[in-house]
Amino acid sequence: MKRYTKEHEWVEIIGSEAVIGITAHAAKELGDITFVEIRPEGTAVISGDAIGTVESVKAASDVYSPISGTILAANSELEEEPGIINNSPEENGWICRLKNIDIEGFQKLMNRDEYNNYIKEPLK
Amino acid sequence: MELIYSKGKSGRHGSSLPKLDVPDANSIPDSLKRKKAAQMPEVSELEAVRHFTLLSRKNMGVDSTFYPLGSCTMKYNPKVNEKIAAMPGFADLHPLLPQLRRGGALTQGALAATHETERMLSELLGFSQTTMQPLAGAHDELTGVMLIAAYHKAHGDKKRKIMLIPDAAHGTNPASAAMAGFDTVTIPSDPHGNVDLDALKKALNENVAGIMLTCPNTLGMFDKNVKEICDLVHKAGALAYCDGANFNAIIGRLRPGDIGFDVMHVNLHKTFSTPHGAGGPGSGPVGVCEKLVPYLPVSCVVKRSDGTYALEYHHKESIGYIAPFYGNFGIILRAYAYLLVLGREGIVKVSENAVLNANYIRVKLLPYYDQQYPGYCMHECVFSATRQTEKGVHALNIAKALIDRGIHPPTIYFPLIVKESIMIEPTETESKEDIDKFIQVMIDIAKLADSNPEEVQKCPMTTPVKRLDETQAARKLDLSLKEYE
Repeated sequence: MKRYTKEHEWVEIIGSEAVIGITAHAAKELGDITFVEIRPEGTAVISGDAIGTVESVKAASDVYSPISGTILAANSELEEEPGIINNSPEENGWICRLKNIDIEGFQKLMNRDEYNNYIKEPLK
Repeated sequence: MELIYSKGKSGRHGSSLPKLDVPDANSIPDSLKRKKAAQMPEVSELEAVRHFTLLSRKNMGVDSTFYPLGSCTMKYNPKVNEKIAAMPGFADLHPLLPQLRRGGALTQGALAATHETERMLSELLGFSQTTMQPLAGAHDELTGVMLIAAYHKAHGDKKRKIMLIPDAAHGTNPASAAMAGFDTVTIPSDPHGNVDLDALKKALNENVAGIMLTCPNTLGMFDKNVKEICDLVHKAGALAYCDGANFNAIIGRLRPGDIGFDVMHVNLHKTFSTPHGAGGPGSGPVGVCEKLVPYLPVSCVVKRSDGTYALEYHHKESIGYIAPFYGNFGIILRAYAYLLVLGREGIVKVSENAVLNANYIRVKLLPYYDQQYPGYCMHECVFSATRQTEKGVHALNIAKALIDRGIHPPTIYFPLIVKESIMIEPTETESKEDIDKFIQVMIDIAKLADSNPEEVQKCPMTTPVKRLDETQAARKLDLSLKEYE
């Protein structure tokens, strides 16, 4: 099951690892993604740390780690074809995998319904 | 437009020199000479002149069109200031001259101009001293945060590693702080576009070195709590940096040093009569309050007791050299001339008219475009193309439609906290007639976006290359002229 952040990342726990990406909503807002840079494998991050940068024709945005852990692997396909994030943000467009993850932090994040309500909120 | 390579004829060249009747003095060894002749355009002088003149006519600049590029202050700069900077007595000075024995005597005018500009800027900023060395906006920021780091280091306060940066700050701020070795923490904006004070209070602790506040911020708004922000930051033992990129909005009306900022930069290439853009050169003096003066970079121009000027290099606690020589001297000269012509009374009119023009546009366009953060603005107004997006017309399309109508587009998709942002900065140098024309064009585009969105999506139609595939260009960057390789 996936959980979501206010910064529009998703995270899914598979076994002892977590997979992270940006949501379909974020991919749509960013527009065509042109470049993805992910921090090196082995980098320890705490929730809220940047794990990389996603650049689109509109803007360059940091991607924040929804939970604490250590970067295990990056999605190398994004290097050649960053557009995968636009076509399949929540499947093939995953950004990186974490190990040594903090399960408790995961439980605190929004579920899909909560996230859907969150993005429906009108502009501040 | 045709490339210069497809013009001319093999063997043609710009000038015809008589045959060499003395030995060839070319001393480049054969081993270093290229084996194959360089592929240069082979055109006559006239062909070259026509080619580049036509190319220049396709350029949009502040000398040819309204240029409301938000956050960039693309104002018109009086040509007389260019003339003064080009005067041979200034322009032909050798940069090492002031350092030669008695060289000072030959450079007194240049040193005096630099010193007096420094004094006037310090007065406008409300600071003790200003370094004229930094060469551009991001370089200024780096200098500023290095001064903050030097201050904490000198006070044995080594754990202060965090720089706070509001999300309405300029995009280069976090990069500059990171370059200086700080970890950055983002402070969100409240619904009015001000710094969220509760979030700021929570973030302040004994590890915070300072805050980098863009004032007015990138929403074009003046944070009403700016004094309280400075006070809170000081209470936590940290320092307040003001990103003065938007100084055009407050110049002469408010001295940032008076409200509690400790260090601030201004861009001479925005506010003080140097054209902005095209990669420079820029100049960004950094002013500081008394307690940061010991750390200023070297050199600085000092006035001796006998009324002469000299360069000073010996500051024990200085952060050292941040640029060669004495800053971008030609740009300092433009600022000097600009300030002398405007004077104290004139400089106030700059900010007054810049703010008036932006608010005039804001009010006139409010029925047609949404404002995510409502209320009076300073020197720029930020709209959101959300209403147009519902019809499939994005900020990008509106920008392209403006190009077709002979106007340089405003900044779009910045600041990031505004959806489909359109950031308009008219500056004080536009006439009411030209601003009215721009407003009418923006209204026409809004109406067209509503009635016939496809027409706006097709823009630009009048440019030499029509609509570029920006995504493809960014994903597969290719700058080579393959056919001529």
